[in-house]
Amino acid sequence: MEILTNLINGMSLGSVYAIIALGYTMVYGIAKMLNFAHGDVIMVGAYICFCAISYLGLPAIAAVLLAVVGCTVLGIVVERLAYKPLRDAPSLNVLITAIGVSYFLQNAALIIMGSDPKSFSSIISLPALRLFDGKLVISATTVLTIVACVVVMVALTFFTTKTKMGKAMRACSEDRGAATLMGINVNSTISMVFAIGSGLAAIAGVLLCSAYPTLMPTTGSMPGIKAFTAAVLGGIGSIPGAALGGVLLGIIEIFARAYIGTQIADAVVFAVLIVMLLIRPAGLLGKDIHEKV
Amino acid sequence: MKKISKTTWSTISTYALVIVAFIAVQVLSGAGLISHSLQGQLVPICAYVCLAVSLNLVVGISGELSLGHAGFMSVGAFTGVIVAACLARAGVEAEVLIFAVSAVVGAVVAGVIGLIVGIPVMRLRGDYLAIVTLAFGEIIKNLLNIIYIGVDDAGLHFSMRDSASLGMEQGTIIINGPKGAVGIDKISTFVMGIVLVLITVAVVLNLVHSRSGRAIMAVRDNRIAAESVGINVTKYRLMAFAVASALAGAAGVLYAMNYSTIIPSQFDFNQSILILVYVVLGGMGNVRGSIIAAAFLTVLPELLRPINDYRMLLYAVVLILVMVVPHLKVYQRFVDMIRVRVLKRSAASEGAAAAEGGASHE
Repeated sequence: MEILTNLINGMSLGSVYAIIALGYTMVYGIAKMLNFAHGDVIMVGAYICFCAISYLGLPAIAAVLLAVVGCTVLGIVVERLAYKPLRDAPSLNVLITAIGVSYFLQNAALIIMGSDPKSFSSIISLPALRLFDGKLVISATTVLTIVACVVVMVALTFFTTKTKMGKAMRACSEDRGAATLMGINVNSTISMVFAIGSGLAAIAGVLLCSAYPTLMPTTGSMPGIKAFTAAVLGGIGSIPGAALGGVLLGIIEIFARAYIGTQIADAVVFAVLIVMLLIRPAGLLGKDIHEKV
Repeated sequence: MKKISKTTWSTISTYALVIVAFIAVQVLSGAGLISHSLQGQLVPICAYVCLAVSLNLVVGISGELSLGHAGFMSVGAFTGVIVAACLARAGVEAEVLIFAVSAVVGAVVAGVIGLIVGIPVMRLRGDYLAIVTLAFGEIIKNLLNIIYIGVDDAGLHFSMRDSASLGMEQGTIIINGPKGAVGIDKISTFVMGIVLVLITVAVVLNLVHSRSGRAIMAVRDNRIAAESVGINVTKYRLMAFAVASALAGAAGVLYAMNYSTIIPSQFDFNQSILILVYVVLGGMGNVRGSIIAAAFLTVLPELLRPINDYRMLLYAVVLILVMVVPHLKVYQRFVDMIRVRVLKRSAASEGAAAAEGGASHE
């Protein structure tokens, strides 16, 4: 039963990683940049939700919606101001800019909200699920996190394969030049990707803080790094890869914490990543592109 | 007299920069013009300069994005602390000797770890390489978090559980898991720092200007072309990576010996990123740029201290602006305008032609 509990908790944590990783992987796919500020958008989303509930007294659903809208706007603004001028710059310059944005968001949060951790009360007040005569107790947060991840995945898959905007996105990530020639507005497509990624980050932030209820300006950075690892594990640029990588990483982390030790759990996660990458250098579902001379 | 080449000039000016900075600081500090807080920053500045120069060897010269440089720094730092504690216990009193031996051992251990990490890492490329170096940095940090080392008359004691299981009665604990290395003798001085900076610069510049250095840059510029003329790609990438790790280890020793306590979580991903920022701002592959950027950006938060609450926010804004502004259309037009005017004034006929050429570039 213990194994099953850990497995479900791992899937829940992994679902959060997967939702964050989707943002990483979509941005990487289209803009070829590692958006290190993505983790901090999670933190901003969680803070918006926290403030909406505790200071404005909004109901949970409205608070989550507000967080999603706030982060979407934030994503678009950051992209316009900081990343758009660097569209043709070397990728390292973009990386440093993203790091600058990450510092900016963290320190802005520090000034506005203070450094003391806020305790985030779970927005989900449903009773826990009891199975096998109460031997297996699954909290509503866990269930809802997994459900949210599945819904997001299905919606995104539908969006990228069936809608015009989604097709434009895939075209841009495959060949930006050719997409421009076909009349696709690359700039607005990239903005769209940032908007979707940041909106998802807000959802991930709320779910993460519902499960682990301490909210600080640095809350987003470690899940951000782990989700980035998950995106690479699944094959960066691939949407199903991000989901698979996220869930796997979450399960590995929870099992490592339970059976190997909390101190060393992160080391195990990263070691698994290294071994996986040595076996499959392009990630689990990534395409191995051969160089032509 | 033999004509001095451009590279020699650039090398001489790099050394001169360090020495002039050293003399300037000594003169100013003699005149009492350097504040106490800045005085305390001198050794860390030297350490960060060494780290930036060594990371530049990987990122700028070899062209691999490494996000785990702080990991090697921490390996050096903790090794150095152990060596220094053992030497002090063995009755060695000369601080310079203790530091020199610790720095060499720290560098060797970090270099060996760099080599071990490098062998699998060098199979990967680009962003995958970046994430694996990040992962190694985190693994090193996590492992240091569970290591307990103590020393007594019987020798070194090692445990991965807690400080009690070291089984010592009267020994001193050197490394205490997540609490880090405690009770370090603060023996680093600014002079030692400057010497280490000069050594680091000498190693990197000599490597860059050697046959191996040209091979490393050839691999960076075009791996396939380099391979086809018989350059052993893996060997040279690994060489740059291991040398940089060793230098980072030595810098870590310098850094650690400036504080009485260091903890593993100091050497995290953010620390690696900080060093990377120095390299990118200083200019990829430009050793002098790395030195200036590292020194300036270490001092910057100190200079911004009057606006204490907002200084890191301002630091972030400066970082973004430095990256973004050169790519703004307004700025490019402004630079072009100035360039055209200057050129017109210097030589009317040549100026017009050069401005046309200049305007198309940034």
